[in-house]
Amino acid sequence: MTKANTYAELMQLPDDRGHFGPYGGRFVSETLSYALEELEATYKKLSADPDFQAEFDKDLAHYVGRPSPLYHAERWSRMLGGAQIYLKREDLNHTGAHKVNNTIGQALLAKYTGKPRVIAETGAGQHGVATATVAARLGLECEIYMGAEDVQRQSLNVYRMKLLGAKVNAVESGSRTLKDAMNEAMRDWVTNVDSTFYIIGTVAGPHPYPQLVRDFNSVIGREAREQSLAQTGRLPDALVACVGGGSNAMGLFYPFLGDESVAMYGVEAAGDGLDTGRHAAPLCKGSPGVLHGNRTYLMQNHDGQIIETHSVSAGLDYPGVGPEHAYLKDVGRVNYVAATDVEVLSAFRELTKVEGIMPALESSHALAYGRKLAQTMSPDQQIIINLSGRGDKDIHTVAGIDGITV
Amino acid sequence: MSRIEQKFAQLNEQGKKALIPYITGGDPKPEYTVGLMHALVEAGADMIELGIPFSDPMADGEVIQKAHERSLAAGTTLEKILEMVAEFRQTDADTPVVLMGYLNPIEHMGYGNFAHKAKAAGVDGLLMVDLPPEEADNVAPLLKDAGIDMIFLIAPTTTAARAAKIASHASGYLYYVSIKGVTGSATLDTDAVAEKVAELKKITSVPVAVGFGIRDGASAAAISRVSDGAIVGSVLVKKVAELAEQPDQIAAALQEPLSEMRTAMDA
Ligand SMILES: Cc1ncc(COP(=O)(O)O)c(C=O)c1O
Repeated sequence: MTKANTYAELMQLPDDRGHFGPYGGRFVSETLSYALEELEATYKKLSADPDFQAEFDKDLAHYVGRPSPLYHAERWSRMLGGAQIYLKREDLNHTGAHKVNNTIGQALLAKYTGKPRVIAETGAGQHGVATATVAARLGLECEIYMGAEDVQRQSLNVYRMKLLGAKVNAVESGSRTLKDAMNEAMRDWVTNVDSTFYIIGTVAGPHPYPQLVRDFNSVIGREAREQSLAQTGRLPDALVACVGGGSNAMGLFYPFLGDESVAMYGVEAAGDGLDTGRHAAPLCKGSPGVLHGNRTYLMQNHDGQIIETHSVSAGLDYPGVGPEHAYLKDVGRVNYVAATDVEVLSAFRELTKVEGIMPALESSHALAYGRKLAQTMSPDQQIIINLSGRGDKDIHTVAGIDGITV
Repeated sequence: MSRIEQKFAQLNEQGKKALIPYITGGDPKPEYTVGLMHALVEAGADMIELGIPFSDPMADGEVIQKAHERSLAAGTTLEKILEMVAEFRQTDADTPVVLMGYLNPIEHMGYGNFAHKAKAAGVDGLLMVDLPPEEADNVAPLLKDAGIDMIFLIAPTTTAARAAKIASHASGYLYYVSIKGVTGSATLDTDAVAEKVAELKKITSVPVAVGFGIRDGASAAAISRVSDGAIVGSVLVKKVAELAEQPDQIAAALQEPLSEMRTAMDA
């Protein structure tokens, strides 16, 4: 088996039980098994159904505003003096991030299965907003779970969700962030499984979620691949994306997995620094375990307890990561690296000043690493950085760091 | 015959049903757990489900979530839980102990290592809320070799075909979850439970115990009439919470509702 073959084979995963090598799977309480089997069967049927795909594509075009541009950041590239940087502009999507690609898809699944109610967990609030948005459009009842700490640091998005008609529950248990919101959403789902569709916001959770969230987001990579060929006549040398749960990264990477010449970098949140213990980088610093329905890399202590994470960006403040990333790390297809809060804020400011684009703090992780990477490359090379979302939601956080109240 | 099988056989002979209390190990502090286990047996427990605390108890309601938090804050670890069982075993060789919790601490210890230590400590069964039989291939053979029963859950949403598959993997007993929901929520529909348990009894000879929603003598008696045993958790754990600052009073506070259940079940 050649290496190219191996790489192409990565695109066949997961296996029919939802495993990516030793990762993934379906580690859930029995009450949810039936709902997941049902979802798997529905998804299998609908993903092969041209009408469903046509409806999804139509919504992406007319409601989300796709395709999103692949923008050549010429000024920034020149300034850095290295590789040409192209930004995949997911920040220009309706609601301001890549998250909506997935919620459009899952809301269609909810519609086809006739569930009148949707729930979601959210960290930065982008997924919550994207869920509340599609729920409003389809007339579905919507309830969002959000860690109490995140409710505070992302108050703008909380208000957006409420305006959209969603009920927002502040979760006070555990570390009061994204993982606890996910626990609470699971509890809601177990209790209301007959009436409720759980719209998971990233490529984590039990099978088939990692697969279907990846599939819905892989429009990012499919477009980027075509755009790169059309605009530059070739494939990029490298892809860079931030990794929280890993959905924007998986969406960009997946269609390129078989392209051996394309290097890939997933950027985790190094918080105060990878050696400080105050970070959210399970792939760089964690170890395998089982949480939220799948086996993957986790931040955990000597007793297998999940430990608290730290990142300036709420959307990356998660102790796990999608199981496909865990496997791509082990087989060496993707390089997983990290950017500190300090590097991230600097990249946030730089892109805003140099290109007039204000990125989300999550996306700024990809920018921070992409900047370093570009400088090690030559101007005739090119990289694509996934600009997963826009920075409006983070203005409070950044202003706070500057000592300003807005 | 495993200690759990023996216990069910013995109860069967006496025409009695199993009363199975759950407490979270290490709640409110590790040093109280063994005493509480003995107190439960004294008040009529036939078996004990001892919870392994986890940072993310996804299938539990608020009462048991808080118990996990208290226990972890007091420094409980899986190692310590196993030590508790070993200490309990020094003076009680009859009462089966089932460890209940979430997979990650066990996976982190290593399945082989866990099976070895759990056997040495005198653990009789393992019930992992987030481990369906499909994912148990790594651990099931190791537990089997160690003589530890794997207890699986069956839920109201479990289809007949799935129930048959789960039953074929189960030993010790099957845990029928009486309601859709987390621990400590809703009230129980005994008729619906009776129907489900009757269906299960047709496909398996493994005893079927029922948990979730049992809170007093009446509900325990009603459930034990239609199944092989009643599992009671949140009602007891709530008492522990109330008395977390007066730990000397917890044993008596657990014994009172448990004795009531025992009496009602045996009547
Ligand atoms: C803009 C943006 N990017 C990235 C993420 C991280 O999620 P994921 O790793 O699933 O793409 C979030 C999550 O909230 C986000 O809002």
